[in-house]
Amino acid sequence: MKNKGLTKVDLIFESTDVRKVMKKAFEMTSNEIIEQILESGLKGRGGAGFPTGLKWKYTAAEKEPEKYIVCNADEGEPGTFKDREILDKAAAKVYAGMAIAGKAMGARKGFIYLRGEYRFLLPQLYVELHKFHKLINEIGYDFSIEYRMGSGAYICGEESALFESIEGFRGEPRNKPPYPTVSGLFSKPTSINNVETLVTAMMIIEKGAGEYVKLGTKDSRGSKVFSISGDTPIPGIFELELGMTVQEFVNEFGDGDTKAVQVGGASGFCVPRKKFSETIIGFEGVPTGGSMKLFNSSRSMYNVLHNYLEFFTEESCGQCTPCRVGCQQLYKGIEMVKKGESKSTYLNELVKLADTMKVASKCGLGQSVGNAFRSIVENFREEIIY
Amino acid sequence: MVTLKINEHEIKVAEGTTILDAAKKLSINIPTLCNHQDLCVAGNCRVCVVEQKGARTLVAACAMPVAEGMEINTNSLKVRNARKHIVELLLSEHRADCTKCYKNQNCELQTLANEFSFGEHIFLDLVAGRPYEIDRSSPSFFKDDSKCIRCQRCVRTCSELQHVSAIAVANKGSHQKISSFHDRPMSHVVCTNCGQCVNRCPTGALVEKTYIDQVWDAIYDPEKHVVVQTAPAVRVALGEDLGFDPGVRVTGKMVAALRQLGFDSVLDTDFTADLTIVEEGTELLTRLKKVLVEGDQKVALPMFTSCSPGWIKFIEHKFPHMLPNLSTCKSPQQMFGALAKTFYAEKRGIDPSKVVSVSIMPCTAKKFEADRPEMRSSGYKDIDYVLTTRELAVMIKQAGINFLSLEDEKYDSIMGASTGAAVIFGATGGVMEAALRTAYEIITGRPVPFTNLDIVPVRGMEGVKEATIKIEGTKADWKFLEGAELKVAIAHGLVNANKLVKAVSTGKASYHFIEIMACPGGCLGGGGQPIPTNIEIRKKRMEAIYSEDTHMAIRKSHENPEVVAIYKEFLEEPNGHKSHKLLHTHYVKRESY
Repeated sequence: MKNKGLTKVDLIFESTDVRKVMKKAFEMTSNEIIEQILESGLKGRGGAGFPTGLKWKYTAAEKEPEKYIVCNADEGEPGTFKDREILDKAAAKVYAGMAIAGKAMGARKGFIYLRGEYRFLLPQLYVELHKFHKLINEIGYDFSIEYRMGSGAYICGEESALFESIEGFRGEPRNKPPYPTVSGLFSKPTSINNVETLVTAMMIIEKGAGEYVKLGTKDSRGSKVFSISGDTPIPGIFELELGMTVQEFVNEFGDGDTKAVQVGGASGFCVPRKKFSETIIGFEGVPTGGSMKLFNSSRSMYNVLHNYLEFFTEESCGQCTPCRVGCQQLYKGIEMVKKGESKSTYLNELVKLADTMKVASKCGLGQSVGNAFRSIVENFREEIIY
Repeated sequence: MVTLKINEHEIKVAEGTTILDAAKKLSINIPTLCNHQDLCVAGNCRVCVVEQKGARTLVAACAMPVAEGMEINTNSLKVRNARKHIVELLLSEHRADCTKCYKNQNCELQTLANEFSFGEHIFLDLVAGRPYEIDRSSPSFFKDDSKCIRCQRCVRTCSELQHVSAIAVANKGSHQKISSFHDRPMSHVVCTNCGQCVNRCPTGALVEKTYIDQVWDAIYDPEKHVVVQTAPAVRVALGEDLGFDPGVRVTGKMVAALRQLGFDSVLDTDFTADLTIVEEGTELLTRLKKVLVEGDQKVALPMFTSCSPGWIKFIEHKFPHMLPNLSTCKSPQQMFGALAKTFYAEKRGIDPSKVVSVSIMPCTAKKFEADRPEMRSSGYKDIDYVLTTRELAVMIKQAGINFLSLEDEKYDSIMGASTGAAVIFGATGGVMEAALRTAYEIITGRPVPFTNLDIVPVRGMEGVKEATIKIEGTKADWKFLEGAELKVAIAHGLVNANKLVKAVSTGKASYHFIEIMACPGGCLGGGGQPIPTNIEIRKKRMEAIYSEDTHMAIRKSHENPEVVAIYKEFLEEPNGHKSHKLLHTHYVKRESY
């Protein structure tokens, strides 16, 4: 596999004439928009990586007259803060992206589910929203957006739990199927997309899919905004072309002593130094919603894992057995091993449990706890035990 | 139709069928815990996970609809490993004191543990050493969170079947639990004590508050005269806990067993059910007369029945402005209690302070009802102890009685005579049917115009039922009802009660008389009945009740000879002075937390 090296780009935050892009989109047919997005190969930027074009296509195919486009701005993954920056700097593009998605699917109504801790952004977001509504009115297109606030639960970033939360219920994931594209918010066909996905989709309509596919790799097209934190001299938000290796990433952002990078937050994977050069950041290697956390040799990977498990133990909605109890068992289990109260071989049982959680949990939360667990335990076993 | 393969067997099923139901058709058993036939799908325990060829994860058989060409394996290695883990996880957060547990051997988690988890436990015990507190505040049941496995059956029962939502899920992650409003004790929330949650709890987290030991103590106390009454619905369900299939009538065996247990007098709630009909029927006719003849606008119509204590508490919480519409009649249990310590004691020449009155009920709310401060009109606590059908079965087992081979015996007298009308109190629509059999005859002097007295329109499992009866050929006293159409309605399950009362309260529907029972199917589906419950079992119990009615010599309440006698010897007249003192009550407005 040929990697592309590390290239900084500036697409998400560059200034754009959103009026022009929206007008262009509104003149296209629904099919033409979806075709462009499909051709671009854009995958969801929230982390799960579902092809955005397909999501829109499925939603568009539903006969129901009432449909919704929901922007997931719950941004709860530990170490992710890029959506805040995008909303702060480029809210108009998010709104335009939603309008374009709405046009593609036949939705006249959009909701933005904003992370509770981002409430401070609301005044300026409303100013921008007011401008957007005025603009879309001038263009003569029927589409409006409303904000809904989260209340701090990580699980509400899971799409169906997010719908429950908007609908006024306890934020718990639903059984799937039916998928949101068939029965989502208020049981209507719904496309739910991450903040960055919507901006990227708008950009693709602006520049054309042909232009976009020039960036990235076959499985990971385009560029992506990364939230970089941990042991790095330059923490912050960076937009990078997809396809670099972890080594190239570390060369740029590491402090010279990086021993591991947690890619994709607490629900992502831990890449140890020995695998830096063989691991590509993207869907062919380790996917990420943007969170990149660097750890240098002063960090105890036991503490890192312990912290993640404490987080999951707290943030599991508690609905399904594998996740609710599994998280507690992993959390308490590594404590017992560390204290020497359980044998080190108990870690093997815990890895098997993490595998069960991956296949038997109801939603992505429980299914991904095993990612960090397995990758940290397998690569830093000594640090967990001793 | 959809064709799929389960464990290599091909099967065609209707679209929308779940994998679980499709497997059932092939006689393939997939274990479940959170799933319950009466409730919506939750898919949260994950015990029923199966492997779907080509799928990234296992799928929950209870929640996953079938799809064309699907290939399912219900017992692959991957499935078995996951299932064992899940059962182990549930056990690790469950305080498994099985030998001390009231639900021992009637616990779905225990059954799964027997199948999947023997030998050493894999995981850490998460409840050992963790403090826990059992909520014993309700007079009807205990809530023990340390045994709760968060399947949420109780939560779904309380909201879907009962529209009460006294309990809901609170907190998240390791702190998630089933809780009440602001964690108040169960005695201080809208809980109606109906016990439907108790009936569906797969473990010992929700169990009735038991009075078995107190009853044994009373039986063995030579100073005490212990009378026992049995509710109509008990006789068609008790057998389920003692080796019979659902739907077998065990009235005679039950009487024999009670006598062997040592009760001094084995009597029948049916007697006061008949008395209720006469009292309540008279009350209804009096209300109608006041409105129609005297033009008294203050009299509340429609009149609601008041036999179901869960329903009483529901209306007290949720529709307190409708309390004047409730019949003032006590329930048959409480009428019995009041008479046991007055009329019965007098007749038998026993000091009423020595009488201990026990009732066997299909109901947990009856325990609450017996404790109500209003229920002491005899000068004593009218009912001392209420046992559920399940508790009676436990006593029979404790006493070593071979229930299956008992010879039938008859109730004692006095207060042991019954009619078919009283028996059907146990089924939804039964009180209405019994009331109509009597009221129609009082008004016209003729039996109700239905073949064999079977008022079919008020029977069956439909949530809300309606009927209209045209009154013709009235007797002189009731001329004002000539040609009138008596409109009645029936609801069972509080979710249906809520709909009906709302419709009445907002003027969208108008009736004269409404029967409401808190539990699905009426008392036969009560919270104190044998576990499990589902619609098939309730239908069988219902068939048994109507068959009991058909087999009775007397089938109208006002013809119960003991009822006739008690008016002559003691009460004087329906709704008379003594009746009002002993057999009628009042209600209180309650907050809705």
